[in-house]
Amino acid sequence: MEILRIENLAKNFKIHNADKEIRSCQNVNMSLEEGQFIGIVGLSGAGKSTILKCINRTYLATTGRILYNSQAFGEIDMTSASEREILYLRKNEIGYVSQFLNVMPRTTAKEHVMSALLDGGVSGDEAREKAEEMLRYFRLSENLWDIYPNTFSGGERLRLNLAHTMVRQPRLMLLDEPTASLDNKTKVLVKDMLIKLKRQGTSMIGIFHDLEFMDGLCDQVFNISEGVIL
Amino acid sequence: MNQKETPVLRMKNLTVRYGEGCPFCKTSLEKNRCRICGTVWAANDISLEVYPGEVLGIVGESGSGKSTLMQSLYFDLEPTGGEAYLKNYENGEKNIWDASAFERRKIRNNIMGMVYQNPIRGLRMDYSAAGNIAEKIIAAGSRNAGQMTERARELLEAVEILTSRMSEAPKNFSGGMQQRVQISKALANNPSLLLLDEVTTGLDLSVQAKVLDLIRKIKAKYGISILLVSHDLAVIRMLADRTIVMLDGKVIESGLTDQILEDPQHAYTQQLVYSLL
Repeated sequence: MEILRIENLAKNFKIHNADKEIRSCQNVNMSLEEGQFIGIVGLSGAGKSTILKCINRTYLATTGRILYNSQAFGEIDMTSASEREILYLRKNEIGYVSQFLNVMPRTTAKEHVMSALLDGGVSGDEAREKAEEMLRYFRLSENLWDIYPNTFSGGERLRLNLAHTMVRQPRLMLLDEPTASLDNKTKVLVKDMLIKLKRQGTSMIGIFHDLEFMDGLCDQVFNISEGVIL
Repeated sequence: MNQKETPVLRMKNLTVRYGEGCPFCKTSLEKNRCRICGTVWAANDISLEVYPGEVLGIVGESGSGKSTLMQSLYFDLEPTGGEAYLKNYENGEKNIWDASAFERRKIRNNIMGMVYQNPIRGLRMDYSAAGNIAEKIIAAGSRNAGQMTERARELLEAVEILTSRMSEAPKNFSGGMQQRVQISKALANNPSLLLLDEVTTGLDLSVQAKVLDLIRKIKAKYGISILLVSHDLAVIRMLADRTIVMLDGKVIESGLTDQILEDPQHAYTQQLVYSLL
């Protein structure tokens, strides 16, 4: 079953103070089957993240359609869905992992991972158990669980981000360079987890610079240059 | 998700103007003031909806109409025009601005809670902290002293005020503590809508973090809907699910908070986001 179809997606940024329009991705077409993994590669600034952010509705698409086959709403166009629908999908069906950690002040690492489950209505005890399991899996030292992540290293933050999104096993996962600052050992852990989620039916679109990492993981690879798929 | 979920608040075309207005007002505005007749349009045709359990952020510069909107909703200010419907008042079928003085008091005490930027507006500084909460509970009709004390204790604990200080007057408290007492007072009668008007402005960073953390916990614990006014985009980023941007009394842009911050469409919103430290 097709879970996501992108049709003629284009995104331009109108910068008012410079009176300029910056063209990012143009005429992007993709189709993702359930349980499949699409890899996107390309140079920095090529427009890779723009595609993911348009799917997540962090960016408003200029033209085109992004049709997502939702469990709750059936086929829904992410470019025109209501804000409430998008919020629901983000909480329950779609997960987005970026390179940057965004946590509330005075929230510990464990609370941050738990919050992903609590927001979706999971009970406190179950959320704690699953969060601990996930933190353990990503080898985040137990000493760090009750600490505010502001002091974490880049790699620790990234692992926390991954744990936060993966713990609730979203149907569709958008991965924006999630392995950018990880050592090889942790990369293997991430890859194993992605393979496991994929087997369980999670569909994914990921941006990676590491071609070796994508080997054996991606069903399709798109190379994007200057906003256009080659 | 309930596809037909009813908003906790539905506001349509709120207008607050100072002056008589003239036929040329709509086309002769210089910022929010009519060049011809001098009428100031503090709120100009504002519509919004707040859904159960969500935080709706309102950002904009000073004088954009944010506080006018809040004060109109809390009956501190009489709007010139517009309608507002609360889910918990007459099943959302009666405009709250048509309510009688008695009904307005009931709405203020039972359905809405307000936290002002300046705690002097929301607290009686000479009453005790617990007395402030009790005042709100009494206003809602309860007379049981034991229950009131218990409720005050519970709320002050929730906002991390030492219960050993519950009989002290807020005038002896720090700004951050006063703000937290004000929040506990606003929550006294389990309102379905909490109005927060610049609640972290003027507080130092660590106290600000404490108040933000508290708001987040309140949202998670009570599932309350919050209308959050702030000119601080960092506060909005952390708390708001959706955000509207106001300028010169009008809503110029609205959207998901991360979209407003990362892909702002309006020139003013872009200017605001580019100024973010």
